[in-house]
Amino acid sequence: MKILVAVKRVVDYNVQVRVKPDGTGVETENVKMSMNPPDENAVEEALRIKESGKATEIIAVSIGESKCQETIRTALAMGADRGLHIEVEGIIEPLAVAKILKKIVEKENPGLVLLGKQAIDDDCNQTGQMLSAMLAWSQGAFVSKIEFSGENIQVTREVDEGLEILDLKLPSIVTCDLRLNEPRYASLPNIMKAKKKPLDSLSLKDLNVDITPRIQQIKVEEPPKRQKGIMVSSVEELLQKLKNEAKVI
Amino acid sequence: MQTYKAPLNDMKFILRDFINSESNSLLKNSDIDLSDLEMILEEASKLCEEKLLPLNQSGDEEGCKYENGNVNTPKGFKEIYREFVDNGWQGLTVNKKYGGQELPYFMNMFLDEMISSSNMSFGLYPGLTSNAIDAIEKSASDEIKDLYLPKLASGEWSGTMNLTEPHCGTDLGLTKTIANPQNDGSYKLSGTKIFITCGEHDMSKNIIHLVLAKTPNCPKGIKGISLFVVPKIIPKKDGSLGERNNLECGSIEKKMGINASPTCVMHYNEATGWLVGDLHKGMKAMFIMMNGARLMVGVQGLGIAEIAYQSALNYAKERLQGRSLKGSKNLDKDADPILVHPEIRKSLLKIKTLTEGLRGLMLWTGLQVDIAKKEKDKFKKQNADDWVSLMTPILKSFATDVGCEASNLAVQIYGGHGYIKDHGIEQLVRDSRITPIYEGTNGIQALDLVGRKMPLHTGRLLKAFFHLVKEYIEKNSFNYNLKDFMPSLTKSFNRLQQVTAYIASTGLKDPDEASGPASDYLKMFALVATAYVWTRYAEIAFNKLNNDPNGFYLAKINSGKYFMTKILPETGSIMSSILSGAKTYNDFEDSHFDSAFKL
Repeated sequence: MKILVAVKRVVDYNVQVRVKPDGTGVETENVKMSMNPPDENAVEEALRIKESGKATEIIAVSIGESKCQETIRTALAMGADRGLHIEVEGIIEPLAVAKILKKIVEKENPGLVLLGKQAIDDDCNQTGQMLSAMLAWSQGAFVSKIEFSGENIQVTREVDEGLEILDLKLPSIVTCDLRLNEPRYASLPNIMKAKKKPLDSLSLKDLNVDITPRIQQIKVEEPPKRQKGIMVSSVEELLQKLKNEAKVI
Repeated sequence: MQTYKAPLNDMKFILRDFINSESNSLLKNSDIDLSDLEMILEEASKLCEEKLLPLNQSGDEEGCKYENGNVNTPKGFKEIYREFVDNGWQGLTVNKKYGGQELPYFMNMFLDEMISSSNMSFGLYPGLTSNAIDAIEKSASDEIKDLYLPKLASGEWSGTMNLTEPHCGTDLGLTKTIANPQNDGSYKLSGTKIFITCGEHDMSKNIIHLVLAKTPNCPKGIKGISLFVVPKIIPKKDGSLGERNNLECGSIEKKMGINASPTCVMHYNEATGWLVGDLHKGMKAMFIMMNGARLMVGVQGLGIAEIAYQSALNYAKERLQGRSLKGSKNLDKDADPILVHPEIRKSLLKIKTLTEGLRGLMLWTGLQVDIAKKEKDKFKKQNADDWVSLMTPILKSFATDVGCEASNLAVQIYGGHGYIKDHGIEQLVRDSRITPIYEGTNGIQALDLVGRKMPLHTGRLLKAFFHLVKEYIEKNSFNYNLKDFMPSLTKSFNRLQQVTAYIASTGLKDPDEASGPASDYLKMFALVATAYVWTRYAEIAFNKLNNDPNGFYLAKINSGKYFMTKILPETGSIMSSILSGAKTYNDFEDSHFDSAFKL
């Protein structure tokens, strides 16, 4: 079985994000970029599944500008077998990503597609679900545990009510939660091997996908600065202020 | 709180911009490129920041425990050692034949700096193994190499160096440990070695001791010393573990710092060992290894200075106390951060500029180690080798002094909160304090510089440095960008030349006149070399200012200005001290030392 893992290049989680002065988006030039954290969990899980003998090959795919190849290399250094880069400039919405991934799935025929549950830049949390619908495959989103049983997998999902366990028929789409595992550090020998692993690049033309944005982004601005707090002396005063000043009750 | 993020911006600057041209030619015929090296630094930094740093304070508090010949390392150390070696870091520069990655030596300096910042005690375990690998790789027979190196490079086994005995440290000619030859070509070693770092512990399956000893009827003094490999458990020919050897850890020292690494007393009682290198050439084999080890101790100094800086900076920004004399900077709070005070700013800039300058000098020297090893051109090879020989005592000594000064300044910035244990800042003072002592005290380094390196090949080593700087000054004295740098570089360089000539000429008449100011001279040399690095940094940075969104290059230039105007002038006072001669202390009556209290 092949496993396809989608990895996204995002602003590193340690970086304090700055809005561009013209309000067209956030600053990504000269900012440290890294693999989207839940995608690291997806790569790690794929590696563990392969190490347990249930998968034969791991393909890391990333969609975006040419620098996404660095993110793919990180996945290769962690242990993925080969990389696939689809070069696209500008904003790509989850729908477009899902369409592209569908084409890749049809080409590669993986038994399992692993994705992060969401990306920390746009927080959309849509791609996996859309891909599942387009392929008419089973899906498990926000998964914190995966167990194999025969032709199926059992996944534990973190939902509002608690934990939900689903039995999914393979092939399947699983989006990973941060609690799924602890991603490994790339080992030195694997870093050295990573550049020798195959990394193919495909252009959008090769795939014949319409990625026209469906959403128009009007403006990006910073949230308003938090006001300094005040101490109230009594519950009465609190209620009075909530009613008359904050006007929330 | 101990605060540390690997200074990757600065490391990448050094990699890309500062040692760029030569390292590229060095990498030309290999399959490694700059992006690989950067990725290695990034992965190493994660391990250091996320795994080693959190164990630094707990390891210090818990320390190592000795029980019946065994040493238990502090909680978490075994696990992190396993992760460290499983991820291949022990083999960074080791020959591919033995399972290493054969990366450039200078990469080890970056890695060791990060490890020393985040957990200096931990760093000693793989550090000593690296020393053992070095000694075996350079001097041992193929049989010994094939048996030991793969296991050491993978970290499955660890290594130690056994030099010191109870009565001899600096003067190894007094060594008493005896090695009796056996019929099968092996030796039986008996004696006691002390101060053996990581001589016994529970992290690796076997410990390989490299031991200096004398054979019966050998030449007197250091000329009779040989080097032996003595494993804790004797390996069979296939590398599997055999019988336990007759050696034991008798106790571990209670000491000031580096408490998470054991400093052992080792007893050898007819322990089986094998000769490394030629008989009676132990000192030579030891010194090949020792030069690398001395540079790495310098790197420890650098690493400690970096974490001291970051911890102090973090506190200076957070600690609110008093007001800026020019008016409050922080009106919505009750006080200003102490960073507003000039004294704090000076202390921070002192550490920052010494650390960054030394990092360049260190890595430049690391690059020369690689060039000396790989260069085909005889002249270039010799030139690189000369540079390394000259800079080794300077870097070992100055970088460790800077590490100590930086950690003391960090305590000062923390005030009482640095003196108490909670924040882990006093630990930096205690940990760094060993670095001017071990691998040859800084006093010995200064004598090495003045007594050996200076006259060697009629001053050829000095020329490796003097020619380079002189040419640079001639080329750049009218470089407008460097108007704040060139005059002070030139002035301090002239001072250094003058003092060098003075020491060389007076030393011929009276050796005490040369050895007397040796450590002052070493410091002066180090300051001028660091000034040269800062001037080159500035030259590079000026050309990058048009694309400097994060202000990194501008910060470089302004840091350089601080160094040139506030740190470098010390060369003036050192010069006056040296030129006033050594008589005030050399001729001081011995009986006058106790004049204040003698009854």
